Amino acid sequence: MARPGFRGTAARAAWTAAGLGLLALAWQWGATAFGPFVLPSLQDTWQAMLHLVVSGVAGPALLATLVHALGGCLAGGAVGLVLGIAGGLVLPVGAMSRPVFTALLGTPPIAWVVLALLWFGPGGAAAGFTVAITAAPILFLAALEGVASRDPALTEMALLYRAPPFQRLTDLVLPALADFLLPALATALAFSFKVAVMAEVLSGADGVGGGLATARAHFDLAATMAWIVLAVVVLLVADALLLAPLRGWRASRAGRAGVPSEA
Amino acid sequence: MLALEGLHLAFGSVPVLAGIDLTVKPGELVVLLGPSGCGKTSLLRLAAGVEAVQGGRVANRFARTAMVFQDPRLMPWADARDNAAFGLKALGMARAERRATAEVILRRLGLSIADFGKRPAQLSGGMQQRVAIARAFALRPDLVLMDEPFSALDVGLRGDLQALLRAEVEGAGAAALFVTHDITEAVRLADRIVVLSPRPARVVADLPQQPIRTDAAPGAVFEAAAALLRRPEVAAALAAPVTTGAPLRNDPATFQSLGMPAPAR
Repeated sequence: MARPGFRGTAARAAWTAAGLGLLALAWQWGATAFGPFVLPSLQDTWQAMLHLVVSGVAGPALLATLVHALGGCLAGGAVGLVLGIAGGLVLPVGAMSRPVFTALLGTPPIAWVVLALLWFGPGGAAAGFTVAITAAPILFLAALEGVASRDPALTEMALLYRAPPFQRLTDLVLPALADFLLPALATALAFSFKVAVMAEVLSGADGVGGGLATARAHFDLAATMAWIVLAVVVLLVADALLLAPLRGWRASRAGRAGVPSEA
Repeated sequence: MLALEGLHLAFGSVPVLAGIDLTVKPGELVVLLGPSGCGKTSLLRLAAGVEAVQGGRVANRFARTAMVFQDPRLMPWADARDNAAFGLKALGMARAERRATAEVILRRLGLSIADFGKRPAQLSGGMQQRVAIARAFALRPDLVLMDEPFSALDVGLRGDLQALLRAEVEGAGAAALFVTHDITEAVRLADRIVVLSPRPARVVADLPQQPIRTDAAPGAVFEAAAALLRRPEVAAALAAPVTTGAPLRNDPATFQSLGMPAPAR
């Protein structure tokens, strides 16, 4: 398939802008129809957001949420990734770990928030823990599938050429994993922000969730919407900084599979 | 020297190899010729040490063994240079040195500088197989095991690569055990042709051979193949369908069934 040129890219941007415009119109219509106690107007939300940013409340809160989400995602993801790779390579590890991580994946995050509050008390640790335990099974199952789907012919080739275990890991296992890990990483990152904010709301920790809880207590809908918009913006920025380069690398990898040369 | 002694192999209750004795001496190119499905690949896997020996003995006294497979088995995410250097990396050679070594061999095998950075999907089947051959010869092996490496290629390209392969083996002074079911390929390459019977395989003929050079007379390959097929044990082994074991005659129909023109009588 041909890659979109400038005109294709510009058209896509225009349609995206049109989609956002429609959302804004629907929001504004809802605010007018139901009043500020149900849905604040775009202008009120914007002013509340400006106030949060200028007063210095938003910065530390966003940073705290970022730490809870990324820290938890990194810790849980690393555990899931390592155990997933080990489980794919060593049958007993995989067989023992799979039901555990499947159970973790099926457990609602809200249950982990309650347990974390009981174990760690209110605060950031509960949010970080909840994120970690939500992200771990996503990466575990992706790594397990990725390793299991590797090409046995390449494995035999590596065996015949007496490749040491580290070379087999770096040259065969990890590249084969890339196609499985990238979607899993995107999912884990999106979940991490949602779960972090939810855990912060319930645990009373610092962060966007803490700000949301305060806004709710004050029945301040404009501030509530402002915090939501800020959280979404932070997620999009994190995605653009962390995952977009990986997506570009993956696309270039696929794009280089062009027309074969003649023998 | 590679010595296979009394090798027996069975997959479940199906016997595959029935007592194979075979030696490959240093510098010798031995072609293992047999009908499709007779167990040639299994024999090669036993020689390579990736198949467990069930009966008999495999003694490989060569210091460095490399293998070329039926399919190229290249890493799809790595370029031609890194694929060719895979075995050198396994030996612990530094990156710059192994890539330079791989480039020399790739160039010798007909790849251009522009091809070095291409991934397998960007290379034709013939070029992929050249990269696989480069990966084997980059190791400077003293034994190369080859499992029908050109079977998926068209006839003209196959001839080119056979000549390249013969030159590589002679240049490296390596021994080679080459598996094929193609008689013309066998007579082009071999110093010795070992003919296997249909499954369960046993050695039915072990024949010294003068490889047919690329500059030989046009009919030389077919004459040599015909001479081979005039031996009743070879004709019976190669032409017999594996399932029935019924031998075919040494006549024009036999040549036709093997995809060869019948020699003039």
